[in-house]
Amino acid sequence: MARQAEETGAKGSDAKKQKKKKSKKESKTRTVRANILYDRAKGEENPNRHYASNKIKTTKYTLLSFLPKNLFEQFHRFANVYFVFIALLNFVPVVNAFQPELALAPVVFILSVTAIKDLWEDYRRHRSDKEINHMDCLVYNRNERRYMEKYWKEVRVGDFIRLRCNEILPADVLLLSSSDPDGLCHIETATLDGETNLKQRQVVRSFIDLDCEFDPSKYNSVIECEKPNNDLNRFRGYIIHRSGRRDGLYKVNLLLRGCTIRNTEEAVGIVIYAGHETKAMLNNNGPRYKRSRLERQMNVDVFWCVIILLVMCLFSATGHGLWMFQYGDKRPVFDVLSPEGTGLSPVLSAIYLFLTMIIVFQVLIPISLFVSIEIVKICQVYFIHQDVDLYDEETDSHLQCRALNITEDLGQMQYIFSDKTGTLTDNKMVFRRCTVAGVEYSHDANAKRLAMYQEVDSEEEECTSHGGTLPRRESVGSHQSSKVVLRSHSTKSHRRTGSRAEAKRASILSKHTAFSSPMEKDITPDPQLMDKVNEGATQMEFMRFHSQPLSQLPSDLSDIIDFFIALTICNTVVVSSPNQPRQKVRLKSPVKTIEDFIKRFTPSRLTSGSNSSSLSSLVTNRSSSNRGCSSILSSPSAESTLTKLNEERLQTGRGTSPGLLEHAFSPVPTTTLRYEAESPDEAALVYAARAYKCSLVGRLPDQVTMELPHLGKLSFELLHTIGFDSTRKRMSVVVRHPLTDQITVYTKGADSVVMDLIRPPTDDTKGKRQKKILYKTQHYLNLYAADGLRTLCIAKKVLSKEEYAGWLRRHLEAETAIHSREELLFESALRLETNLHLLGATGIEDRLQDGVPETIASLRKAGLQIWVLTGDKQETAINIAYACRLLEPEEELITLNAESQDACAMLLEETTTSSSTAPFLVHRLGLVIDGRTLAYALDKSLEDKFLAVARSCRSVLCCRSTPLQKSMVVKLVRNKLKVMTLAIGDGANDVSMIQVADVGVGISGQEGMQAVMASDFALPRFRYLQKLLLVHGHWCYSRLANMILYFFYKNAMFVALIFWYQFYCGFSGSPMIDQWYLIFFNLMFSAFPQLITGTLDKDVSAETLQELPQLYMSGQNSEEYKPYMFWMNMIDAFYQSLICFFIPYFAYADSDVDLFTWGTPITTLALFTILLHLGIETKTWVREHTLVILFFAVALGYNASCPTCYSPSNPYWTMQRLLGDPLFYLLCLVTPLAAVLPRYFYRACQGSLFPSPVQVGRQLDKLPPDTRRNLLSLNRMKVGSLSSLSGEPSDFYRNV
Amino acid sequence: MAASCWPASGFYREKKRNCSARTAIFDGGMMKNKEGEVANRPDNTAFTQQRLPAWQPMLSAGIVIPGFLVIGLVFIGIGVALFLGSQSIQVLESDYTGLNSNTPCYECSDASKKNCTCSIEFTLTKQFDGPVFLYYGLSNFFQNHRKYGVSRDYYQLSGDTAYFKNPSDSCSPYIYDSGVPIVPCGAAANSMFNDSFRLYQLVGGTKKPVPLDGKGISWWTDYNIVFRNPPLVNGSLAAAFNGTAKPVNWAKPAYELDTSDPSNNGFMNEDFLVWMRRAALPDFRKLYRRITQGDYAAGLPVGNYSLEISYNYPVIGFGGRKKIVLSNVSWMGGKNMFLGVAYLVIGSLCIVMSLVMLIVYAKYKFPEGDS
Repeated sequence: MARQAEETGAKGSDAKKQKKKKSKKESKTRTVRANILYDRAKGEENPNRHYASNKIKTTKYTLLSFLPKNLFEQFHRFANVYFVFIALLNFVPVVNAFQPELALAPVVFILSVTAIKDLWEDYRRHRSDKEINHMDCLVYNRNERRYMEKYWKEVRVGDFIRLRCNEILPADVLLLSSSDPDGLCHIETATLDGETNLKQRQVVRSFIDLDCEFDPSKYNSVIECEKPNNDLNRFRGYIIHRSGRRDGLYKVNLLLRGCTIRNTEEAVGIVIYAGHETKAMLNNNGPRYKRSRLERQMNVDVFWCVIILLVMCLFSATGHGLWMFQYGDKRPVFDVLSPEGTGLSPVLSAIYLFLTMIIVFQVLIPISLFVSIEIVKICQVYFIHQDVDLYDEETDSHLQCRALNITEDLGQMQYIFSDKTGTLTDNKMVFRRCTVAGVEYSHDANAKRLAMYQEVDSEEEECTSHGGTLPRRESVGSHQSSKVVLRSHSTKSHRRTGSRAEAKRASILSKHTAFSSPMEKDITPDPQLMDKVNEGATQMEFMRFHSQPLSQLPSDLSDIIDFFIALTICNTVVVSSPNQPRQKVRLKSPVKTIEDFIKRFTPSRLTSGSNSSSLSSLVTNRSSSNRGCSSILSSPSAESTLTKLNEERLQTGRGTSPGLLEHAFSPVPTTTLRYEAESPDEAALVYAARAYKCSLVGRLPDQVTMELPHLGKLSFELLHTIGFDSTRKRMSVVVRHPLTDQITVYTKGADSVVMDLIRPPTDDTKGKRQKKILYKTQHYLNLYAADGLRTLCIAKKVLSKEEYAGWLRRHLEAETAIHSREELLFESALRLETNLHLLGATGIEDRLQDGVPETIASLRKAGLQIWVLTGDKQETAINIAYACRLLEPEEELITLNAESQDACAMLLEETTTSSSTAPFLVHRLGLVIDGRTLAYALDKSLEDKFLAVARSCRSVLCCRSTPLQKSMVVKLVRNKLKVMTLAIGDGANDVSMIQVADVGVGISGQEGMQAVMASDFALPRFRYLQKLLLVHGHWCYSRLANMILYFFYKNAMFVALIFWYQFYCGFSGSPMIDQWYLIFFNLMFSAFPQLITGTLDKDVSAETLQELPQLYMSGQNSEEYKPYMFWMNMIDAFYQSLICFFIPYFAYADSDVDLFTWGTPITTLALFTILLHLGIETKTWVREHTLVILFFAVALGYNASCPTCYSPSNPYWTMQRLLGDPLFYLLCLVTPLAAVLPRYFYRACQGSLFPSPVQVGRQLDKLPPDTRRNLLSLNRMKVGSLSSLSGEPSDFYRNV
Repeated sequence: MAASCWPASGFYREKKRNCSARTAIFDGGMMKNKEGEVANRPDNTAFTQQRLPAWQPMLSAGIVIPGFLVIGLVFIGIGVALFLGSQSIQVLESDYTGLNSNTPCYECSDASKKNCTCSIEFTLTKQFDGPVFLYYGLSNFFQNHRKYGVSRDYYQLSGDTAYFKNPSDSCSPYIYDSGVPIVPCGAAANSMFNDSFRLYQLVGGTKKPVPLDGKGISWWTDYNIVFRNPPLVNGSLAAAFNGTAKPVNWAKPAYELDTSDPSNNGFMNEDFLVWMRRAALPDFRKLYRRITQGDYAAGLPVGNYSLEISYNYPVIGFGGRKKIVLSNVSWMGGKNMFLGVAYLVIGSLCIVMSLVMLIVYAKYKFPEGDS
């Protein structure tokens, strides 16, 4: 069958190839030949020479290209171009304002800061590249005829590589040989997708059954495959052997760079893609760059600054023209003529002056703002990284900021869209209850045991710390079971409070096994069910022994046995043991040849049995396709047949020897087996089955081995595994049952789909019973869902030979199809999964993460709308929503389930009217909508109505939603409501949603790293969102908002001083401020204090922010930086500059003061004012703020020591004289005070009379902790609006 | 062989190391390396956890109202002191531009007249306490013009003879006078004020000259550090200026600025230094002389005085004015009421504000608090 597939595949690709030949053959495929064939022809003829080498270089620059390339990149930023333009303008003699070299200083400074940052980052990349490039691997050397150590960077496409266990793959390698007898190789892809479970890879089919070790020197096939692409889950190609035969190559044959070889002693492969062409490298995108809302707002104001600048320059230019004009032809002595000795016309000089003024006023455009923001953000990111509260000990991970420049957006979120599974819950599935054949087994003991996990924390912690080493799982289990008797606590508790010891142990264990904390593994079986299992097994054993047909087994018992068989084998769980590469639970030694086969099995056995004829026909069918192939290939199907036969032989053997039977009862060392599942549900079910002694002991591609009580090991011939997909919502395995020899389909899937596929019961008694079972099961399923359990239905189907053959034919066609293979396979699966016989259902609990209800409650108090978008079924979702307090019992639930577009429209209409008639209920509504209705609601015609309804609800729950719907909902809310959205999720299905939202948060949880890779922030746990938003978000936002406003203010204020002076210097563009001060004002004098404030200022303490989530609303409403505030700040700046200019102006009137002796005090005053202003706006004065004063002193000293050289100003000794002048001190006292008086008055009034919530919070901070706690608890009692909050604490304040 | 694959613990470290190296690539270096169990745990320091001790200034009524009151009172105190201090200063100023025909210098205001002198007479009815400073003042003269300010050569002025031959371009267009380099070059030097004044006390019909002290009127640093004469050639300053031309507007070359005092010539001439220090505003005054010697050390006694002016400097052409000012100074400079008034105003404002806040506060807050 497989051979057929290959051939058709080859044919198909042949056809494809021919098609491509017409266009460009080279562009579509890559041909790889073994390098060893071409060793002599040094490169020239090597067909692989054009492919990228394995040397990786992630650096952007080389030593030579750094300067030009970096500058080029930096000039993409408009601001830099502007500053360079200004600096260059200074070199034009007619318009220059400063010493040209000096004018270059700021832009050079800014460029070099960025360049140094880039250089440092690049150097780090270079070092890591170097380390990686110099890792070792074994490459086959033709001359030495053995594998030699080589550096990774020397590996080339076409090289043969030998990999040993736990080695990391240096490149994308096509697996040609494995030490594993089945030609398997396991890899761990954690570095690619974060999934810790092992993945199986197969040796290319034609190489599987080589007798001897693979010898590279004999290899001379040619590989054709697709061009490098970044799709990790796709690889297509074919290998052409010398014989001309083609074999298809698939994803399962490719080992990806960066993965680790596990459980396989040795593997050999040929390099297909190397270096940057590997899938891992193609997938590696750097951090994302987004622009935050604050920055967008800021850019508008930067634009306004430009306008103000132009207006000021235009005004000055006109003024200068007029000033020139009034002198007419008589040139005054102080008017300097052009070098030619002729005067300029007023118009021309006005034009020149315009340019000069742009230089003089350049400070108005906050040159250092961009750099400062970057620095501040880096510091913020650093602090968020460093927060020990956001550190998760279990996983030893802390919050990661992947996007560096949207920290302040965290403080402005309005909507949170959350995934449920893995985000709100642990995604650690625990088997809770099941129902088999209509009988419910509640597993009470198990529930109690689960409850224990909450209680025994402290003891366990001690136990772990004393033990030092990892406690044995068994001992823990007994430890707990002893407790069960003592305590019987509520079994309804959905959450578990943080248990460090357990967590720690879980984390240690999780390194061995995915998804298997002891909580999931230790399942206490239900005694009733256990008995039935034993009884069933015993009866079966008895029947088998007496060769009675198994169909005589009572149907409920057979259902139970089948149920557990399904649980055990209907999955893709891989079994391995911690001490061995992979415990191959094989009951036979590999049979390699037909002779061997004949020798070992009697022909009679082979042909005996009711079904062997069809089986053999099947086999011949397959082997017929094999016949044309080279002898190195053997049929996998033959092997599986042997398995079965072998099994039978063993059974007969066991039948004669009671000792072997005994062995079946002896505890198989199952505890040493580790199950590696792709999803936690599967693992939970397998562990559950193991609790009933039905344990999975081995899985091979063509065979699953399980152990049943009394029956011992049974090997099921695995005919097909039809994997899970989100559309079908189920998976199936087709096996040959070893006891009945029937071809059986076991299906496991979501109840909604599986229940529809159950064979309609007939009318006889059996049918009635069936009906009853169906009814009961449905009932229990509803109960489970109401309990918040994830439900799965288990069903089976027995296929007759004919049915199977019929299905198989079409299935094979589908498998071998080239075009739309996926669709055909899907259809094939649908054809198989019909008329099922229901076995039972399971309820799996997905526990809520720690602190989720609290987090949701406080986020909601912070004014955040929380929507949960989940793929789960409605009942489960609602239940979890109640558990995590997303929905409150007193809330009225609106459930939207519509079958059609019109129905949906009507429902929405209805809801809108009802909610509008009862407006006082508005905030007590919860909306639940299912996926299908959501699809209708998201339609263009209904989306507005849907949004209107959703907005009126306090919480929204979307169930059964697809990833696409999730992202559509986020997009809709974001675009229509113009709000800031945050999406949080953990799985691949959340990626699109995370990318659409303003801020995407990934939970680095159980389901791999895709979500994290797509996110801006990665959290270890959901509850950290609270501190991230409420504290860090608030701080980042308020700090940055204040800083930006302050930057605008201080620059405007400083520039305005010069502007006023133009009225007194004939608009000649002459600054009274020393050019050095002017140029460095922005970079040094005022920027440093601001940077400190921008990184360290805390308006309210972290504790208060978390206790009073309402304070978050200030960020949501952009209260720190509203558009009018920019203008208020501008007005304030102009006022302050007027004060700072005119007080010295009048104070020095009628004196013999010279230009810079007068200008320097103005500079000083302006700086004092600016710092005082900062002082008012600064909420906390950290000790570091004293640096400000220190720095100011340094500035004065610098000025004093300035030598005689700086041409226009020559500020020599100016400051010293000033410091000896009492007038200077008097000015310093009165001017800044007068300048900040209005603002101070405003703030004081605001602070004492009408405090904003944030200020109230700040006042609360000042109170002693006890009082504060009392007040806060008081406040919590009143589900209060902010007004009541803001009223109260002033009173508190007065009382204190 | 099999056992080598999964040894219980030892291998983990190895695996970790490799993994971290890998992560470094795939994550663009963002992830931290993982070494041990809690290697990633952030440091729990006050700095990293943002718990630095801080002082929170609280703008609350309890602090603000008394604060304002205190500041207001202090300011009013300072204001009064300044105001009184400033009032004791005597100033006598007189415009001598000669725009009106009835003013003494009307005749000299005609630019074509050379070496014109005029005199202003005034009477002191009250003793003018010393030390008395004599200033000249110019109005509407833009010494602070950008180009004017640049138009000088500091290297030349520091006596570097290399710049005597090739003055800096910044001096243009006052660099060369018919090919000969101008020393001192530039518009600033060229426009130097060249009126001179002589003060006489009229004692019974005779003019008793009041000695005017021209020493130390410029900045000490200018005279001693910044400005330097070129090295003397053969003991002669004039020779050092050989090969240079005087500024166009000057009547005499730099080395003949003060014929009475040979040490007060060249760039070391104090009047020159005073001029070269640019005034901040278009209406400015510059110190001309001090009256510190002889009978007048304690000030100018009551009597009639005559100020003889040799009127050379044309200002009418650009609408300028010239004046002469006699003033004494206090510890805080010349007469200027403004600062005292400013202190008074701002001090009162503070008090008013504190009162306003008190009233508002009482009105809005006390009733609630009492209830």
